[in-house]
Amino acid sequence: MLPNLGYGTLVITLIVSIYAIVSAVIGERKNLYKYVESARLALLLTFPLLTLAVISIVILLVNQNYEVQYVYNVTSSTMPTYLKVTALWGGQAGSLVFWAWLMAAFGSAVTLRKWDRDHDLLPWVIIVSSVTLAFFLIMIVVFENPFIRFWTLPSGGELVAMFAPAGSQLIHPFDGRGLNPLLRHPGMIIHPPMLYLGFVSFVIPYAFGMAALITGRTDDRWIRLTRRWTLVAWMFLSIGLILGSRWSYDVLGWGGYWAWDPVENAAFMPWLSGTAFLHSVMIQEKRGLFKRWNMILVIITYSLVIFGTFLTRSGVLSSVHAFAQSAIGPMFFIFIGLSFIISLAFLIKRWDDLRSEGVMTSLLSRESLFLINNLLFIGILVVVFWGTVYPLISELFTGQKVTVGPPFYNSTTGPLFVGLLLLMGIAPLSAWGHSTWKTLGKALWIPAIGSLILIVVLFVSGVRSIGALIGFTVASLAAFVTIYEFWRGMKARHKRNGENYLVALWKLTARNRRRYGGYIIHLSVVFMAIGIIGIEFFQTETQGRIAPGESLSLAGYTVTYKNLAEFDVADGRNVARAVLSVSKNGKDLGELYPRRDFYYDSQQPMTIPGVRSTVEDDLYVILVNWEQISSLGATFKVFHNPLINWLWYGGILLVIGSFIAAWPDPEKEIELAPSRIMRKETGNLVSKP
Amino acid sequence: MNYKNIVFLRIKILIGFFALIFLLLLISFNNVIAQNDYPTDDQVNAIAKELYCPVCENTPLDVCPTQACAQWRALIKDKLIAGWSKEEIKQYFVDQYGDRVLAQPPARGLNWLVYILPPVVFVGGIVVVYLNLKKIKKSSEKVVQVSNNNNDKYLKEMEEALNVLNNEEDLS
Repeated sequence: MLPNLGYGTLVITLIVSIYAIVSAVIGERKNLYKYVESARLALLLTFPLLTLAVISIVILLVNQNYEVQYVYNVTSSTMPTYLKVTALWGGQAGSLVFWAWLMAAFGSAVTLRKWDRDHDLLPWVIIVSSVTLAFFLIMIVVFENPFIRFWTLPSGGELVAMFAPAGSQLIHPFDGRGLNPLLRHPGMIIHPPMLYLGFVSFVIPYAFGMAALITGRTDDRWIRLTRRWTLVAWMFLSIGLILGSRWSYDVLGWGGYWAWDPVENAAFMPWLSGTAFLHSVMIQEKRGLFKRWNMILVIITYSLVIFGTFLTRSGVLSSVHAFAQSAIGPMFFIFIGLSFIISLAFLIKRWDDLRSEGVMTSLLSRESLFLINNLLFIGILVVVFWGTVYPLISELFTGQKVTVGPPFYNSTTGPLFVGLLLLMGIAPLSAWGHSTWKTLGKALWIPAIGSLILIVVLFVSGVRSIGALIGFTVASLAAFVTIYEFWRGMKARHKRNGENYLVALWKLTARNRRRYGGYIIHLSVVFMAIGIIGIEFFQTETQGRIAPGESLSLAGYTVTYKNLAEFDVADGRNVARAVLSVSKNGKDLGELYPRRDFYYDSQQPMTIPGVRSTVEDDLYVILVNWEQISSLGATFKVFHNPLINWLWYGGILLVIGSFIAAWPDPEKEIELAPSRIMRKETGNLVSKP
Repeated sequence: MNYKNIVFLRIKILIGFFALIFLLLLISFNNVIAQNDYPTDDQVNAIAKELYCPVCENTPLDVCPTQACAQWRALIKDKLIAGWSKEEIKQYFVDQYGDRVLAQPPARGLNWLVYILPPVVFVGGIVVVYLNLKKIKKSSEKVVQVSNNNNDKYLKEMEEALNVLNNEEDLS
């Protein structure tokens, strides 16, 4: 009776998390430490409990218990075991349990830290984490139960329910429907957990932000405490986004990596506000400015995380009807709305306490440039949000469905992204507090000459697209500035300490991880920008039907159709696989095998491109159509995607940079203790046993 | 006379015959031209790219793998053969399936909101940033005034020292 055990565990976890909320509130109100401690232990308990629920689902999935609706929907007998396990996040109910499980893990982890200096924050961190967890558990227990089963009623009818209706029998379907074939891809197996890790870990900075707001601790302690959480959350979210793009490129067979689809946007929006937050908190740390703004950003990010979780799986934004029919849609919106309003109410209450500690003194100072950076990130966020929800608004008010597609997003966000790249080139050179054109210009002129030379070279070599030239200018400026910054640091160390340049680079980075890790992330963004400019401005394509021996030519490449075979594979696919030979300027470059997989269980086809990747470009071939007798010919679509691989290289570099920036730094943690004084002022919960 | 008439008649028939052959040739030649004008997949895709699948969500028609979309692409091809222009074909799809087949909503009625709201919000953001920067300007002018009273060299040295300090210590 594994389903009953699993469901029972979920219900108990819900009760425990509600208990944690109540106990923490009582403890905080009455200043009773033991209640807070009890709440802390309750939150800790949710993790093993949810682990049990997750294990129950995984066992049901692996054992092919198709009487359970979720198992029936997402697995089939032909799927390999690892796919059955990862089907845990292959459907909505399982995803929600997975999300709650990660939330419990992170919530538990955060309560395990040493709280001695920040004990007044603890109850509120517990409350925010537990409320979020309880909300997801309510969604699961009431609306999206992964353990409901199929029953035959005595009357002969069928029913899906958790518990056996009187006199009914379990139905054991022979086989399941199988996971959506699009999701049976390595990228899709790691992508959702990464995204969810990013989503969930952003709850922690929000929880601390709220705790600071409610307790009135207006210093930057909450930011310092959650700096690493935020960075890790941001990294996971970034990895999730990049893997999602890679998956789209590999599996969807359309030659692109990003379609501004509502689901993609849903994951991108918290990344945008999170990135703004990541920069903006530095201003508060360094200069005590923008305290209110940081709160607003963390509140927005939290709301977008919940919104994103909901959208990525449910797809209800596709139409008003889908939204109205979905049981959890309105609940999610109520939760997001309530948490947003309550957070804002606390912010307004503390508005005057969150006054900036100083004023900005210079137009070109780092903080001013960060302010503009935030303006651009939020500008992009507004565009993306509006483009995502507008189709719903249109349908609601006029009944007319509309598409807000890439042309809208590209033309509106393009200039803003250029602005961000430009800032990435300038801001690292400006100083906190005060900068002038003179000081800035002095540091900027060498990198600027570098990118000017590059642009002239590009122009002479025939690049005429204005957009691409502007893009390459700002991207190269950012790259040169970053490299120049590394070089200056290395040179200084070399001169001062006589270290050789490699040692200097190593020590420079190790001594100042946050800064140089950040620079590496900037470089990774430049890499990605190069890839994006390449494919957006220079992608070409051709399509044609060719008989064996005939060729299609594109961008110097020639692909020649050799043959095509259709066959069944043991894992329940029918595969049509074409063999093409590729040559460039007469030189043979091997073969490509674009194919179409047809999955019998879910009756869905999948287009897998044949891709030849180099640093310079991708040749990407799709099998569009073919005649049953292969000698009659087949239709192929060929894409030439220049520089696209820089996008993926950038992704790898981003992870490296994030690791460097987030690497624990025990000595520095001890130095930061401004909270001690603050706690005396606020006075509550000082009684640590 | 009779004989002459007969000769004229024969010549007329002959001319008519040649004219007919010429006409047939012309027609067949025209067909050859039409055959050469037969739209390529690339021409079809160029139009399909700007249209969205009327039944799937957010999928451009040129890359949509469904059978229905293959038929719609075939329809574009037929319309191209029939001599329709790109705009006519796009309009045909809009008439048949509504505005959702377009990559972005046509700017009319409520749809104006799509294009107006983001710039308005962005301009609002610029105003907020500007107000903040204006505060700065005043205070930095003060700074400059004060420093103007001292000598420039001192300021320069200070800035350089600050710069070095910042470079070494900030962001740590």
